[in-house]
Amino acid sequence: MLKIKNLEAGYDKLKVLKGISLHVNSGEIVTILGANGAGKSTLLNTIASLVKPTEGEVRFKGRNVQTARPDYMVTNGCALVPEGRQLFPAMTVRENLILGAYTLYGRRDKKIANEYLSEIYSMFPVLDARKSQLAGTLSGGEQQMVAIGRALMSGPDLLLMDEPSMGLAPIIVKTIFKAVLTLRARGKTILIVEQNARAVLEIADRGYVMETGMLVIEGDAGELLNNNDVKRAYLGRDYKEFTD
Amino acid sequence: MALNQILQYIFSGITVGSIYAFVAIGYNIIYNSTGIINFAQGEFVMLGGMIAYTFSNFMPLLPAIIAAILITAAIGGLIENVFIRRMRKTSVLGMIVITIGLSILIREFALSIWDEQIRALRFFTGNEISSVNILGARISPQVLWVLGVTLVLTAGLYFFLKFTLTGQAMRACSENPTAAKLCGIRTDRMVSLSFMVSAGIGALGGCVVSPLTQTHYAMGSDLAIKGFTVAILGGLGNPMSAVAAGILLGLIEAFSISILPMAYKDVISIIILLIVLVARPSGLFGSRSASALKDY
Repeated sequence: MLKIKNLEAGYDKLKVLKGISLHVNSGEIVTILGANGAGKSTLLNTIASLVKPTEGEVRFKGRNVQTARPDYMVTNGCALVPEGRQLFPAMTVRENLILGAYTLYGRRDKKIANEYLSEIYSMFPVLDARKSQLAGTLSGGEQQMVAIGRALMSGPDLLLMDEPSMGLAPIIVKTIFKAVLTLRARGKTILIVEQNARAVLEIADRGYVMETGMLVIEGDAGELLNNNDVKRAYLGRDYKEFTD
Repeated sequence: MALNQILQYIFSGITVGSIYAFVAIGYNIIYNSTGIINFAQGEFVMLGGMIAYTFSNFMPLLPAIIAAILITAAIGGLIENVFIRRMRKTSVLGMIVITIGLSILIREFALSIWDEQIRALRFFTGNEISSVNILGARISPQVLWVLGVTLVLTAGLYFFLKFTLTGQAMRACSENPTAAKLCGIRTDRMVSLSFMVSAGIGALGGCVVSPLTQTHYAMGSDLAIKGFTVAILGGLGNPMSAVAAGILLGLIEAFSISILPMAYKDVISIIILLIVLVARPSGLFGSRSASALKDY
């Protein structure tokens, strides 16, 4: 589904990604773990074409997309749930969701968009109840649901999620990750960036660990859960436990 | 003051206010999509009137006005393409200065194309001496045209922004351009579109008031300041409230003439601008809860 080779990208003179190579197969849930500032968000933004790479290759569904426009990615089935949700706060929940299907409406696929809309309402019933409310007035968890719903409205095959658990109560995180599993069961491929390593490794198939713009560890989710470096750095175990 | 006199003031206030509203709507649309105050907005009004006048010499009024709107909209799109898009790297303040430069440029072009004479479009119905009697006040039929067009434009704009996908996409771009891109919206096209719509609305305004207030190559800068006052008064970024604010300012100006010397008319709008900026920067109708959700 997605194959990245030697990707380098950054902002002006600051190089954030220093040669990233990874792949995501169809139907997988893949996670990228890493601390703040490791470049995880930049990586997702580069895949979504918000940031243009300076070097390397991004292949999506077999096509080179490193020079594509963001709307090309959306139209062709790659949608990003951005960090911090990035809703349209003064627009209603329904308007937010409808705009997610902007590219579908552009192709006159109104019927499909309406189907997606009712699917999202049934996945997150609270959004149906609040569809006329301004998105900015919702709670953090509900806003995250709108953000996910908006990305789903374009009917993506690959869903990129940037820290969906950020700032949410554990019970909401559970709901969100349960939704991720449901989406996979419906045939979506998911690449998810997280700091909450334990929660995400429970649902992921594979994972990468990112440090200062490079992927340093790669493996199955189970392997990563038991990897001492990962445990020490991201699962919050006491360092002493391993050194003794 | 007798009733018919009051009505006379009210109608003239609403007429003048409508043209301010046309300018302020344009400001708001461009501000929403770019964060820029486009001080060349008054020039679009002038261009609309001038182009329609020129075309009306050899074609009926309606096609002349439509042509003027389309041509002015195209000029708006051209300005966005040539000047605004290529200078995105500049600060917002820099861009605003560019629009001031553009307004001077357009004015000078207009001067060399049309000379400095005052022109007026034909009255849409009747002529300069025909009038309609409303409760004793004698109103030019053109005033009714101005009111009608303002009303239709306001309703149309509301419908466009609220219920059409393109309108929603325009609002999305103003609220969060990054998120709009993630929805697959071509934000660059939306900016172009907002310049074209603003220019077209300005031109329409220029056409409907031309028979009453005449069109002159240098009328734009005056309107730019009045329109700016109205945009601030209504709450920057809200095209709908600009209409109410425009009519309010028009009425205040009209009634001020009855108590103060004519020369103070323009002073009043500046005073209002200052008061609003100090006391209520979100504008009279800017809902605080909604504006708190937006980041300015």
